[in-house]
Amino acid sequence: MEQFLQQLLNGLAVGGIYALVALGYTMVYGVLKLINFAHGDLFTIGAYFGFTLLVSWNLSGLLPPVVAVLAVFIMVSLLVAIIGWVLERAAYRPLRNAGRLSAVVSALGASIFFENAIMLIYGARVYVYPDFLRPEFTISLWGMQVPAMRMLIIVASIALMLALWAFIQRTRMGAAIRAVAIDPGAAVLMGVNVDRVISIVFLIGPGLGGAAGLMVGIYYGQIDFLMGWTYGLKAFTAAILGGIGNIPGAMLGGFLLGVTEALAAGYIAMAWKDAVAFLVLILILIIRPTGILGERTADKL
Amino acid sequence: MALLSLSGVRVAYGNVEALHGIDLTVEEGEIVSILGANGAGKSTTLMTISGLVRPSAGDITFAGKSLLNIPGHDIVGMGIAQSPEGRRVFGPMTVLENLRLGAFSLKDKSRSEQTLEWIFELFPRLMERRGQLAGTLSGGEQQMLAIGRALMADPRLLLLDEPSLGLAPLLVRSIFDTVRAINKKGVTVLLVEQNARAALRLATRGYVLEVGKVALADTAPNLLANASVREAYLGG
Repeated sequence: MEQFLQQLLNGLAVGGIYALVALGYTMVYGVLKLINFAHGDLFTIGAYFGFTLLVSWNLSGLLPPVVAVLAVFIMVSLLVAIIGWVLERAAYRPLRNAGRLSAVVSALGASIFFENAIMLIYGARVYVYPDFLRPEFTISLWGMQVPAMRMLIIVASIALMLALWAFIQRTRMGAAIRAVAIDPGAAVLMGVNVDRVISIVFLIGPGLGGAAGLMVGIYYGQIDFLMGWTYGLKAFTAAILGGIGNIPGAMLGGFLLGVTEALAAGYIAMAWKDAVAFLVLILILIIRPTGILGERTADKL
Repeated sequence: MALLSLSGVRVAYGNVEALHGIDLTVEEGEIVSILGANGAGKSTTLMTISGLVRPSAGDITFAGKSLLNIPGHDIVGMGIAQSPEGRRVFGPMTVLENLRLGAFSLKDKSRSEQTLEWIFELFPRLMERRGQLAGTLSGGEQQMLAIGRALMADPRLLLLDEPSLGLAPLLVRSIFDTVRAINKKGVTVLLVEQNARAALRLATRGYVLEVGKVALADTAPNLLANASVREAYLGG
């Protein structure tokens, strides 16, 4: 039982990270019907920029660790959000009326551009976040000793998702984002500026993705310039699993994928975790081709 | 001066021209009806006024200002709201959320609360169903929602595209009565309809579109009496 609960918490931590990245894929898909293949690389930029601030600029030495990490979280999210905004302006907006395949090719190109830019700036080697950023103590939970860092990751990712959910459900702009995802033409008839909504989505998604990159750096310690490929693929899978375009679906898909992986790693073998995760994906898509929470596409006449 | 005026408006989808120079005016306080067969360009005309489709030639002015260089999302704020063909309510959102989106272009919160009360008076059914998802409403209720949502923008000019389409006859009459009540409140109405007889009884004037051109323009009583209109649109 203890092993199960430990693996479950482990899965929720990595699942929370998948979910944060998956939200970026799903929100962009919602408003543009485009898979932003460069999204994983924005996540990588978050991890590297966090490293630069904490280690190269020594913010972690100048400030108390908690303050340093919080400040860096905000700075990383803002910077990656701005890069996301520029990416949409430069790579997607000019192709808005050019057909979807052109935009997909542009997304792949942007991904290659980011990966090579990171490699040229930082070099191809692996970077390691300093250990002292991770609280090493454990906390007691249901009679188990759980690493505090793991709980922090789970709490932080859930907090970010709740904030996003409140924004989408409770604000005027949130309603406008949903309206554009449902019917952009009708949204214009309401007076919604679709370009502005798309820009806001390209701030929010990359902002969350950048934060997730920083979390991976602090939690696992090690980052490399291609990490966005693996995490991006997993998060993309999570978004599909939950139903692409569906925000709660991305959250659910992320946690589900993380937990499945962790349980497979714990009970079968580490090497099998990806295989089991994708097997689950295939099974769910056979039963529900639009994902767990995806809407059926047939419209009511 | 007319509230809305279209002069020589041409619209092309790719190489195919859908409107071949439309001239049309709507005076403040009128109900004007556009009649015509499928594909005559009625909905295209409304979408062009709302700025979702751009004319290749001609001019559109509203309250003396040209709309040609105004983005679609700013046209609502100028006082033109549309209840589009096929209703296009936001299905996964609640009735109340749909209505609030209708007021997206307005700054004045208290005023839109008053408008909301008025819409609930016009359509008590929407009040009952305000928490329900729009996609689960019946066709008639969705039509009420589409009209109510357009009214939330507090428009001077309301564009209605086929409000009676697919509705039971009794409901059609009630929708048309409501359009009259909306007009009495001072909202000018431009109405596209297949149901020509009902539309002409409601309207002050009418235009008949045929393959992208204005074939006839006259007062509603004259159109009702016109032999060719009777034959083509009123069932002889």
